[in-house]
Amino acid sequence: MAKDQITGAAMVIKALQDQGVEVVFGYPGGAVLPIYDEIFKQNKLRHVLVRQEGGAVHAAEGYARSTGKVGCVLVTSGPGATNAVTGLLDAMLDSIPLVCLCGQVPTHLIGNDAFQEADTTGITRPCTKHNYLVKSIEDLPRIMHEAFYVASSGRPGPVVIDLPKDVQMALGDYTAPTKVTHKSYKPQVKGDVAAIKEAVKMLAKAKKPIIYAGGGVINSGPGASKLLTNFTQMTGFPITLTLMGLGAYPAADKQYLGMLGMHGTYEANMTMHDCDVMLCVGARFDDRITGRLDAFSPNSKKIHIDIDPSSINKSVRVDLPVIGDVAHVLEDLIKVWKSTQAKVDEKALKSWWKQINEWRAKDCLAYQKDDKIIKPQLAVQRLYELTKHRKDVYITTEVGQHQMWAAQHFRFESPNHWMTSGGLGTMGYGLPSAMGVQVAHPDALVVDIAGEASILMNIQELGTIAQYKLPVKVFILNNHYMGMVRQWQELLHGSRYSESYMEGLPDFVKLAESFGLKGLRATHPGELDSAIQEMLDADCGVILDVAVAPEENCFPMIPSGAAHNEMIFGADVKTEGAIAEDGMVLV
Amino acid sequence: MSNSIYASNPYHEEERRHTISVIVDNEPGVLARVIGLFSGRGYNIESLTVAETRHRQGLSRITIVTSGTAMIIEQIKAQLNRLVPVHSVSDLTIEGPSVERELALVKVDGVGEPRVESLRIADIFRARVVDATNESFVFEIVGDTGKLDAFIELMKPLGLVDISRTGVVAISRGPEGMSGQE
Ligand SMILES: Cc1cc2nc3c(=O)[nH]c(=O)nc-3n(C[C@H](O)[C@H](O)[C@H](O)COP(=O)(O)OP(=O)(O)OC[C@H]3O[C@@H](n4cnc5c(N)ncnc54)[C@H](O)[C@@H]3O)c2cc1C
Ligand SMILES: Cc1ncc(C[n+]2csc(CCOP(=O)(O)OP(=O)(O)O)c2C)c(N)n1
Ligand SMILES: [Mg+2]
Repeated sequence: MAKDQITGAAMVIKALQDQGVEVVFGYPGGAVLPIYDEIFKQNKLRHVLVRQEGGAVHAAEGYARSTGKVGCVLVTSGPGATNAVTGLLDAMLDSIPLVCLCGQVPTHLIGNDAFQEADTTGITRPCTKHNYLVKSIEDLPRIMHEAFYVASSGRPGPVVIDLPKDVQMALGDYTAPTKVTHKSYKPQVKGDVAAIKEAVKMLAKAKKPIIYAGGGVINSGPGASKLLTNFTQMTGFPITLTLMGLGAYPAADKQYLGMLGMHGTYEANMTMHDCDVMLCVGARFDDRITGRLDAFSPNSKKIHIDIDPSSINKSVRVDLPVIGDVAHVLEDLIKVWKSTQAKVDEKALKSWWKQINEWRAKDCLAYQKDDKIIKPQLAVQRLYELTKHRKDVYITTEVGQHQMWAAQHFRFESPNHWMTSGGLGTMGYGLPSAMGVQVAHPDALVVDIAGEASILMNIQELGTIAQYKLPVKVFILNNHYMGMVRQWQELLHGSRYSESYMEGLPDFVKLAESFGLKGLRATHPGELDSAIQEMLDADCGVILDVAVAPEENCFPMIPSGAAHNEMIFGADVKTEGAIAEDGMVLV
Repeated sequence: MSNSIYASNPYHEEERRHTISVIVDNEPGVLARVIGLFSGRGYNIESLTVAETRHRQGLSRITIVTSGTAMIIEQIKAQLNRLVPVHSVSDLTIEGPSVERELALVKVDGVGEPRVESLRIADIFRARVVDATNESFVFEIVGDTGKLDAFIELMKPLGLVDISRTGVVAISRGPEGMSGQE
């Protein structure tokens, strides 16, 4: 045995450190004890002990999304790994880079239905970008480094490494990461110059342009947001963002039309519908965006910048694909725009803006004010108003109406400050995600805008928040309903509220206190600001339980199966029959 | 056609059969990834063959026959390319001329006139006898899928007992090799 050989477990820690990992979110068990022993012996790599493995994965997602780094998770075999599955799929659908290390039974027991054995690579194959089962210590260093490369390059995503216990205990030679190119996985980052030139021509000719940007801009890094902002302001084009893209363009700017899609603004959706040239930047024509496909922006030429060729022509056919990284492509696009002295059609653009401003004047996010009961929209608006002077505000959400109100009424001026579960829509995402954000930004203000139903899905993580003294704020819009479900039941199922009323809710104030956190409540509009302020002033974790109007609906809304120009609104909504029969099968 | 709003074929395109070649690392799980991709996303597999083709580089070649609209076929290729152990994907149906072959072993049981007839047909199809007893033959036949189908059809009334087919293998015509095998 060579003198400098080390165990697999020690290699894991060394590789994580060499990859620049500062913190790993995890939960121990028999199959990862050798790694936990190595964690004990060092103090460079920090371990955050969650209360359930699902929490670890969402925490790593929050960490990753708010820093642009790879999030890291460590769980044991069997139930540890299966608890991680939802989070892995969540990261897959939202393109979040993660490396998740799972313990596994020793190699000679694999396939034996051994204690706490699960076919982890089999189970996680469709929920990861890639996964590995490490069968020999010789492969371990390479796989560790490759995992970080795969997770973070191209379209980011989660990677699982399944580590049998005997491999963790075996001795071998460690090799440090090197800059070798992967033998088969080589995503294209530079866009094709001819395509970019063509894009410039199409954009310069546009009379009714729109820029539709999404999560890919965030994935591409803060530089991409700057370039997007430059290009948008150079051209004077209107811009809209997806749920995943919020913050990629400053919300305060007058060219910003707000979010588009099912719960997007009227002006954004009408502009998408009527445009003649659409520039899609790092967004994937999700069904929450397109609505009825054959009525989606029917008269436009579409340009699509995306790093993943499988996002091109997946549901909507585009006229000009540009494969590449957003920042790289936008940089070239701006260069070509300038060098060819491209000019927008000022006159056409002016009348386009006139039309857009008419749509804007509808003030589609308006809601009926109430002086007796707190409207959920008001709660989000007040939270925004009382925090907007700070630059370091990070918002996470759970899933439901509150998530949409947060997206509509909170305003983001820069990327990486908004964490939400968009693709999978995982209730229970917000609290652990906020934890991960707070670990990455200890002095920042991190608020989970939550629903009372969602928050219970990972409520155990209050323990983690207490243990690490993370000053996470949980802002519950408590409507006593699974509000989003209730809204659909109202619109589609004759207001038969089957199993969507939340009985047996805890007293959230006492619940917070039982974890040693601060519990607050607001039930009247007059108490709202002071309660929010008290939450903000606390230097510990807080739950603020805001009693909001129970039957408030989230509008505007494109009903399932409808087109962008068929939105329904708050006041004039006809409830029953608002969604056509054939839209009922859709989700 | 379904009435779904998210109709799978909003552009009303015709479906076509495509033969796709994929060069992959010969590693555990790679076939499961490919098959899982097809079943998970609801694509058709008409036939699939796999074997190691470059031992030293540890590469295998998977040949898949599938069908779909142009948009779906484009998706299938992009999705295959996205798998980490995939080196290259080539659509033999549209990337120039190619040859396709399939091998079948066909067992026919019978005596007397049907037995003689099966031999006669085998001769016309250039099928070889690879096993014989007093009352049975096993024929080996090579050709494209249509030829094999026709042969099997003719064997049915003559005592067809069992069939084993390899599925399609294919390669492009001309001097060019597929990329990704360096
Ligand atoms: C209850 C609920 C309601 C929702 N309602 C809405 C709604 O009204 N409006 C809305 O917008 N969403 C809504 N969503 C979210 C929706 O489901 C999708 O998650 C979201 O629209 C997808 O955003 P995106 O297109 O920006 O894509 P993402 O999922 O962020 O994908 C990013 C795209 O960019 C590409 N990409 C990644 N990295 C790069 C890079 N470096 N360079 C170039 N390209 C890159 C990827 O390949 C991918 O195609 C809702 C979700 C829920 C749970
Ligand atoms: C894990 C999970 N289960 C079920 C759903 C379906 N679902 C979407 S929103 C919602 C209700 C959420 O209720 P709440 O957290 O109170 O938020 P509200 O809509 O009331 O703001 C449900 C059940 C989901 N998205 N995730
Ligand atoms: Mg609720």
